[in-house]
Formats: sequence, structure tokens, C-alpha cells
Amino acid sequence: MIDTLRLTGEEAMGLVERREISGAELHRAYLDAIDERDGELHAYLRTVDESEGDGVPIAIKDVITTKGVETTAGSRILEGYVPLFDATVTTRCKDAGLPILGKTNTDEFAMGSSTENSAFGPTRNPWDPRRVPGGSGGGSAAAVAAGLAPWALGSDTGGSVKQPAALTGTVGLRPTYGTVSRYGVVAFASSLDQVGPVTKTVRDCALLYRILAGRDPCDSTTVDLPEPVQIPEAEDLRGLRVGVPREMNEAEGIEPGVADAVARAIELCAELGAEVGECELPRSVEYGLPCYYLVAPAEASSNLARYDGVRYGFRAGGATLRELQERTRDAGFGDEPKRRIMLGTYALSAGYYEAFYGQAQKVRTVIAREHAAAFERFDVLVSPTSPTVAFELGARTANPLAMYLSDLLTIPSCMAGLPGLSIPCGLSEGLPVGLQLIGAQFAENTLFRAGHALERALGFDYVPPRLALAA
Amino acid sequence: MTTNGWEPVVGLEIHVHLKTRTKMFCRCELAYGAPENSRTCPVCLAHPGTLPVPNRAAIEATIKLGLALGCRIAPRALFHRKHYFYPDLPKGYQISQYDVPLCSDGRFAVPAPGGDREIEIVRAHLEEDAAKTVHVGGESGRIGGAAHSNVDFNRGGTPLVEIVTRPDLHSPEDARAFLQLLRQTIVELGISDAEMEKGTLRADANISVRRAGERALRTRTELKNMNSFSFIARGIEAEVARQVAVWESGGEVTQQTFDYDAATGKLRPHRTKEEAEDYRYLPEPDLVPVEPPAELVERLRAEVPELPSSRVRLLMDAHGRSYESALFIGRLPFADLFREMIKAGWHADDAEHALMNTFSAIDVRPELENLAELYRVYAVRHELPRPVVIEATSASSRAGFSAEPYLAQRAVADLSELDPVIDRILAANEPQVAQYRAGKEGLLGFFVGQVMRETQGKASPQVVNERLREKLKS
Repeated sequence: MIDTLRLTGEEAMGLVERREISGAELHRAYLDAIDERDGELHAYLRTVDESEGDGVPIAIKDVITTKGVETTAGSRILEGYVPLFDATVTTRCKDAGLPILGKTNTDEFAMGSSTENSAFGPTRNPWDPRRVPGGSGGGSAAAVAAGLAPWALGSDTGGSVKQPAALTGTVGLRPTYGTVSRYGVVAFASSLDQVGPVTKTVRDCALLYRILAGRDPCDSTTVDLPEPVQIPEAEDLRGLRVGVPREMNEAEGIEPGVADAVARAIELCAELGAEVGECELPRSVEYGLPCYYLVAPAEASSNLARYDGVRYGFRAGGATLRELQERTRDAGFGDEPKRRIMLGTYALSAGYYEAFYGQAQKVRTVIAREHAAAFERFDVLVSPTSPTVAFELGARTANPLAMYLSDLLTIPSCMAGLPGLSIPCGLSEGLPVGLQLIGAQFAENTLFRAGHALERALGFDYVPPRLALAA
Repeated sequence: MTTNGWEPVVGLEIHVHLKTRTKMFCRCELAYGAPENSRTCPVCLAHPGTLPVPNRAAIEATIKLGLALGCRIAPRALFHRKHYFYPDLPKGYQISQYDVPLCSDGRFAVPAPGGDREIEIVRAHLEEDAAKTVHVGGESGRIGGAAHSNVDFNRGGTPLVEIVTRPDLHSPEDARAFLQLLRQTIVELGISDAEMEKGTLRADANISVRRAGERALRTRTELKNMNSFSFIARGIEAEVARQVAVWESGGEVTQQTFDYDAATGKLRPHRTKEEAEDYRYLPEPDLVPVEPPAELVERLRAEVPELPSSRVRLLMDAHGRSYESALFIGRLPFADLFREMIKAGWHADDAEHALMNTFSAIDVRPELENLAELYRVYAVRHELPRPVVIEATSASSRAGFSAEPYLAQRAVADLSELDPVIDRILAANEPQVAQYRAGKEGLLGFFVGQVMRETQGKASPQVVNERLREKLKS
């Protein structure tokens, strides 16, 4: 009997390699777990019932295209769309012997922080089903947390991998922009989108990142890694310089329980041999979020222009072309994409471009410089991933601005194109707290090393107690 | 050119399909006339998640063209997204270039009798073409009244260079001369077929007029959808006349777009858009800037061949050819041949006549030294029949060739031989004779043709012409 709640990707690979279990049996075990628990959680939009390989299966966020398997990005407008090709990350997983287990739920076009914006219903948090799993990659995070997948792929634009990982007690990596191909990833905001792993452990995260990363001829914005991915071993942090950006640790709205758990993790860094010091990122924190909400909607308004009902996906009828396009987009998109299309269209309009999109891009440079200066003194910057633990369903849906603030701490480094890792660092009110580790460009190995040593020292149990009890 | 004191001011926008193997941003092969929608893939159909990958050959071809046009090549050019909703634009935006095009600030010299006309090139940028919309069931393939529209995505994503000139052209003839030379340049660069009939070269004109001596520009209109150089010239002429009439009647020219209908010679207002266009240009986040290394630009510069303009200029200045004939003779390989003919002692008129009338009809390389006398008799004295000359020309490079037997086949100029034929033809075509005498003198060619056919091309056309005129007069 396989304990999917506890089994890591790495352990599963060991079982398969030693032929203690076949890939097909593993696949079946996860499908059984999905049958048992996903009725309540709704982490998956659909599963793949026959394993297409003999390795450890993987769950894939539904914004990532999978040949022959419907891909909707959580939107009605893509309902019934079956891609003719695999995303490069899908191909890389398959080539590495990781068959697809299923497609996980997401906020529509990855726009949201709770997975409540999915056109196909929300996903619930395995730690407390009354609460959200974060978003937009709530499906992947909930699947990994609830033992419905050994590991999963998410996509992160402003925190969609890191924030759900924090809210579900899982590990999530948003890689350096340009290290993982976006080919086949349904575009939200092209200059920000990155695919990243969602796992139970930091080592699993490094193993997956090693499979995903590298230049892709189909994505002009990708580069080769400057050094190979190292699977972390060390359990100390000697020689590591850890910076604590004041604004990100003292921001308004950080729950006391979250601040406490993060503060303990920072103390632990020092105990493990790291040099810990304070630093400042004033402009990044003040302007990160507003700039993000100009850049991301602007690019989204452009990227979503292709959904017009002419070639694929959902089509509403109409007597004229204009009517067909308008009715398709009106009925096909939910409120959040519409809100962002409107914001973005406005920001790109003649006469407004310089003041909005142009200005936001300039501020991005300022944010990148401010981070670069901090990385002259430090190897890793730490903060809470999310100001709060998982909130209740419906708590923020009526107030988009409150929802947007969920990503206050994840956004600045995304705007600078930097890698970020979220690891669980404790509980607050019985719910997981995420610690965010930000690295310099291409410093994933440093993040893995720091995350792994902390993970060992923290000894966080990633199995939600209510599921452990039920099992 | 000024008409009644009005000077036309014309700028051109030229679109050229590049002759690359594959499309601009995907690997679909380019093929004209392939079955509809057979050259498509997820990228050029804008499936979710697809990304553009720029075609290196297209970028190189554009740089080459830019160099030929004397442009500055941007060290760091950008692609932008240009947004509008139309079914032939699957992404909802066209990837084009906006504020930093690959090529800018060039100048193109068109040789003219009084010295070169310099046309400034504002920019030459690279973009992707839209797909083709076919309106079914409406009048003349237009959207108005069509029952439905089909989209053929084969053309969608074809690399397209847009060349924009400053309004430096001041007559329809200037515009035509510029376009002819530009086309020839593009063809010789080997980057495009540049055929207007196939749509691989398209040109739009921006037109305004102003009082002679006036410096400021007046309101301009745009003229689109002209599919030959002649139509462009005629379209410009018609629009200039319209604008002059508007100003002279005390009216005001308003900014609008016209289609030129070649069949009627009329200007028709272009389909107007419901609202003002705002293309919401956005730097294309899926592509990195194009940074052509200096070595590449130098290599491409070295690959730019001698341009037709220098040959045309030489033919006009040193050999007294008209622009039109210089353009024709200036084509490769004629230009080389012309030079050799001059060297071989030909008179420039003979050489031109030979090239335009006979050399273009054969596909072997003639031995010029052997033909000089023959062509003098043919082209200057009109005493050899054209078929004989073509035959001799084809044979001229064979060993032991002698012009003598061909020279012996002089054109029949003897009236005692020709008169019976001419009389017979006139007798057999009485109605035409009556029409001619009633003033339809264009029929002369008809009679000449009949006589030439009757004599199997051996009659001297000049003599036949003269004789027919005489006889028809009486």
C-alpha cells in the first residue's frame, strides 16, 4: 500500500528504479487517492486515466498545454480545446519519464490568488476545506499537499506558484525569468510568466527544476543555465549571507502568527551558520504591486485578444463578425479576465501608454536595481511569502484590491525577474506559513541549498493533520 | 510637375513579401497557390501558448535591402505588437516594428535626364503579413453584401517588409519611375519576386497637392489597392486632379482613403472603419531585441550586388538611353550584353533595338562580334526580316557561323513583289478599308499584320507601312 500523502517524488523514483512498484501501479494509486479525496478538494479539472510511461507521474496546471488532453486555463472560452502539441515543459517531463497524471485547477488564465476565479469551480485547501489553497495554482498545490500527486507544475506571474505553496504547506519555486520555456504555456503576462515546480520537498523541487530548465529554441526569451542544477545535500548554512528586507517583513497586513513563524525561521538561519543582516527594498515594496497591476493587465489584454471564437474553443453565435467576437468574449471570459483586459487596454491606449505601461516598465528597472544592490551584500533575501495564512472562500472575492494584496510580497522579485522559493516554516492557527527566499538571477542552486537546510532543521510535517487522521 | 500652378506631393508605402523558405515566426513553408489552409501550424494559427521565433533569413534580407537603400541599420531593433480585431489576424495583433525599425534614414536615387531624383527612405521595417479573407457571395469579392467570409491562413505570417518614403515624389511619372527601379533593385537582391500581380509587391500612395512654391503640406489622402505600376500612376493622377478641383472650387480636402478602380478609372472611398484606430503598440515581450552584429552587417553589405540604378544612370548619361529603355536594358544580363555590344562597335540605338526586340526572344548567348553588320542592316536600315535576325542571333555562337546567308535573306522591299499582296489584302478587307478611310487610322496595323503574315515575315515592315498608307489614301 502506497502512502501517497507522504511519498515524495524522489522516494517514488527510488521505488520505480528498484522495481518495487511499476509506474502504472503508482499512477493507479494516485488516481485512487484522487477518487477518494478530490471530490471535496477539486484540485483536478481532469485526470489522465492511462499512464503514458513507466515513471513517476506529475500533475500539470491547466494553463500548460498537453497534446490530446483538453487544456482550458480555467476558462469557458477554451472549453473543449484539445491542443495539437505539448508545451516544452510537458515534453521535458515526458522525456524524463514523467507521465501526466492530470490537469489541475487554476484561476481563469492564472488571474487570481485563490483559485476561486476558475470557471469550473474553486479548489479547496486540504488543511481546511473552508479555506482557499491560494492561487492561481491552487489546484497543483492542493494536489501535492493532499497526496493527489507526488509533484506538480505550476506557473507564476506574480506569485501563482509561491503563494499557493505557502498556503498549502508545500514547496514552490518560481525560477529566474528565461530559464524555463514558456512555449505552450497559455500566456497571461508574457514578460512575467514562468513555469515552476510544486513539491513536498526542496530536493524534489531541484530534481524537477533540473528537468524543466534550459534554453528552448521555441522560446526566444530562454537562456542556458550558467551552471548545472545541484540537488542540495548540505544541512548547514555556513557562509551564506541572509538579508532581511525590513519593508517586506514589517509590511502592514502581515498576520502576527505569520511574522512569528518567519522570525523563528530567520533565527534558525543564524543558528545554522548563516550571517543574517537587515536590508531595505523601499521602492520595490511600495511600487511593485501598482506597477504589476499595469504591466500584467496590459500584456494580458494583448495575449487574450486571440480568443475570438473564430478558430478554436468556445464560440457564441452572431449575425456579424463583430457580434460573434463580442458575444464570444462576453460569454467566454469571467469577470477577472474582463477586469484585466479593460485595465490593460486602457493602460496601452494612445496618450496613456507613456504614463502607465511605459512608466511601469521604467519602475521595473528601478526595482531590479534595488534588488541587485541588495544582492551585493546578501545571497538570499527572506520574508513571508504571503502576509496571511489561507483565508476562507469568499472572504476576498467581493474586493479585488484585497485579493491583489495577497501577492504584495511575492510580486516585487517577480517584477525583477528573480527566482523565489517558498518553503513551509511552521503553522499559525493550525495553517501553514510560507517562508519566501529570493535569490539573485540564476541563483536557484543557492535557494535550493538554503531551502533544504532550513527544511531539515524545521522538520515541518507537510501532511495536513485532518488527512493523516482520516488515513 | 505642376498643373495650373499646383504641385503634387506623393509619398509611397511599399509592402514586399520576402522570398524566404519559411514564414516569419514559424516553420511553415511559404507556397503560393497551395491548397487553402495547408500551410498552417499552431503558431501561425495563434493557438494558446504558442510563441514566435524570428526567421533569421528574413532579418538578413531586410538588412540587405536596407543597405541597398542606403539606410542606417539599427544596432538594436525592436518588434512591437500592433493590435486590432480582424479574422485574418489570428493573434489579435500583428507583430511589426514601431519606433525602432531595422532600417531607417535611407535615400534612393532615381536617375533622371536632368540628374538624379533623390527619394528619402524614412524606414524599412519587418513584419508579418495577415491571412487572406475571401468574401463569398458579395459583389466583387467585397465584404459589403457578402454571405460569409472564409479565411485562408496560408499567407498569414509571411515575412513582409514595409518601405516608407518621404513625400519626395512630385508626379505620377516620378512615382512610377521610383517604383520600377525599386522593384528591379529588390528582384536583383534576390529577396523577393516583387510581382504586383501575385501581390508580392503592393504599394499605397499618400497624396496631397500644394500651390507651386508653397512649403507647408496640405491634407493628404491615401490611395490603396492598385495592382500595377500604370494603375498607380493613373490613380495618383486622378486623385491629384480631384484634389486640385476641390481646392480650386473653394472646398477643403479631407483626410480619407480611396481605392482606385482600374476598370472605370474612378476613385472609390475605402471601407471606413467604425471607430478611430488605436493600435495600442506594445513592445513584443515574446521576442528579444534584434541586435545584428557589425560583422553580419558587413558581410551582408559585401553581398549587395551592383545596383540597377548605377547601370541605368550610365545607360542614360553615357549612351543617351531614355529612362524606360535604360531600365529595360539595365536588367541583368542585358546590361552586360549591351556593354559588350558597344565594345564590339555597335551603335547604341542598334544595340537597344536588338536587345528589346530580338535578344529578349532567345535563350542562348549571342556572339556579338558576328552580328554587328547583321543588326545594322536590320535595326538601322530595316532591311532584314525579324525572324531571320532571331534565327541568326540564336546561331551566332556556333562554330563556323557566317552572317552571309542571313544577310542574303533581305527583307522584301521590292514593290513589284509587294504590291500584288497588298492589293489582294485590301480587296479582301473592304469594310476595314472603308473604316480606315472614314478616319479609323488605327487599322493600319491590321493591314500591316496581314501583309507580314502573307509574306511569312519577309516583307520589310517599313516599306509595307509606307505603301499601305499611300494606297489607302487614294
